[in-house]
This record gives sequence, structure tokens and C-alpha cells, in this order.
Amino acid sequence: MNVTTALFYLFSAVLLFASFRVITARSTVHAALFLVLAFFNAACVWMLLKAEFLAITLVLVYVGAVMVLFLFVVMMLDINTDRFREGFWRHFPLAGIIGAVIALEMALVLMQGHRQTEAPALSAAAAEMGNTRLLGIELYTKYIYPLQIAAVLLLVAIVAAIALTLRRRKDSRSMPVSEQLKARKADRVRLVKMPPVRSNPDASEETSA
Amino acid sequence: MSLGPLTLGHYLSLGGILFALSVLGIFLNRRNLIVLLMAIELMLLAVNLNFIAFSHFLGDMSGQVFVFFILTVAAAESAIGLAILVVLFRNRESINVEELDELKG
Repeated sequence: MNVTTALFYLFSAVLLFASFRVITARSTVHAALFLVLAFFNAACVWMLLKAEFLAITLVLVYVGAVMVLFLFVVMMLDINTDRFREGFWRHFPLAGIIGAVIALEMALVLMQGHRQTEAPALSAAAAEMGNTRLLGIELYTKYIYPLQIAAVLLLVAIVAAIALTLRRRKDSRSMPVSEQLKARKADRVRLVKMPPVRSNPDASEETSA
Repeated sequence: MSLGPLTLGHYLSLGGILFALSVLGIFLNRRNLIVLLMAIELMLLAVNLNFIAFSHFLGDMSGQVFVFFILTVAAAESAIGLAILVVLFRNRESINVEELDELKG
């Protein structure tokens, strides 16, 4: 048993423990924190598989952004978690059976033909370039069109998330821009015809009196 | 399980167990919408693990590119899911799945 194997078992054990705690934790904040631990260990397992770029991305994107978002939402909502716990273990036998069946079936299928221990050696040029550069070359040549679609998808997600949660204050005094743009000169300005000089008929009477 | 050298099967089994655990989580936490979302994230993680394991042992970078795209979609999904959750909580004062029965199906 070499170091890599030992590390694999360590990371897997922590990963499975953390994900078990995610689904059974009493408070949602604890669940989110255990999910952070699970993601971190998954990143470590990915490191063992020599996928360094994706491992770092997982830590940055998931632990850094998505989980912080989860924590924000959990803390923003005032949820009574005790009511969720009523009859929590009632469905456990059924769920346990289904989970065990899924795991067993997958193990049966996956353990059959996948006994290889050595990854095929990379070519010297590829080994020189490293994982990140290889991924970049693949991504920006063969998969450039899907990459653009992914970018558009992210943009749509940003707009959708903002549009969903945007709430206007009811008492805010704002000007509807479309109304403002539709206004013509005739609606706002009234030109009054006026002679430049106006004789005052009362002026002579005032001086004589 | 033999403690021999690591095989592709080891990684795939880890992914399988993780997936089964998150299915278990969906069954157990069928009321708490936030934990349901977290279980879905765990499922995606298990799928990604399988992709990366295959990519490593078959020497093909396409698997890692797919993981990249799955990460993108998963981030978008969780952002929109949480946004819907916030709107839901604002309107209903609850995120209990069993109380969300306005659409009688």
C-alpha cells in the first residue's frame, strides 16, 4: 500500500463521512459546512487523479462562491428546522434499501471491467505542458462552440437570478423611463402669445387723481 | 475490497457510493428544500468524479472538459435554485416542500 492509496482511502473516508453528515445534520448551517468539507475532499481526490486545474476550480467556484451563496441564503431565511425533523427516520428503511441497491448495482457494473491500475502514459510533449495547458488547448480548439454556449448560459443565469429576486420598494419615487421618453414638447410646454408692449388704460386716470 | 493498487474501479465505486448517499439524502430530507439542493450538488460531484476517473485512466482530456461544463451548469443551477427559494420564502414564509401544494396536480 503506497502513499497514494493511503491518501485515497483517507480522502474517501472523510468525503463519505462529510456527505453523510450533510444529509443528516440537524441544522442547515452545519449541513452547508459539511458540504464544504465534502467538496474540499473531492478536490483532493481529483488531485490524486492528476486533474489539478479542475480540483482548484472546484475549491474556488464551489467552496468560494456557491457554498457562500448557500450559507447566505440559509442565514437570510428564518427557517424552523425542527419541523423538518418530524418523522425524519420514517423513510429511512425504504431509502436505505434504494441507496444500497443503487450502490450495489453500480459496483457490480463498474468493478467488472475496470481493473486497470495504470493510466496510459502521456506523450512527452503532453507531459511537458501540464494539465491546465492541455485542458485549455482542448477547450479553446475543439470545444470552442460549447464554451460560448456555456458563457451565454452563465449570462442568462445572472439575469434570471437578479430578475427573480429584484424587489422594488413600494414607496420609492421613480420616474417611468418609457413615459419620460414618450413625452413630446406639446405635452409639457404651452406657448402663450403676448404682445411685447401693452398699453395700460388705467395709468392716465391714476395720475390725474 | 482488496487494499492493492488503486484501480479505476475504486474511484468509480467511490462515485457510486456518493451518488447513493445523496439519493438517500433526498429521501430523508424530503421537506427541506435547501438540503435537497445540497444533495443534488453532491450527486453532480459524484458524476464529476466518475468523469475525471475515466478521463485519467483512459488518457482522454474530453472527460475533464465535460466536468468543466458540468461545473458551469451546476453553478448556474444552484444560483437560480437559490433565487427561486428566496422568492418562495418571501411569498409563502416557508420552504417546506409539503406545504407547496398550490398547484393541485
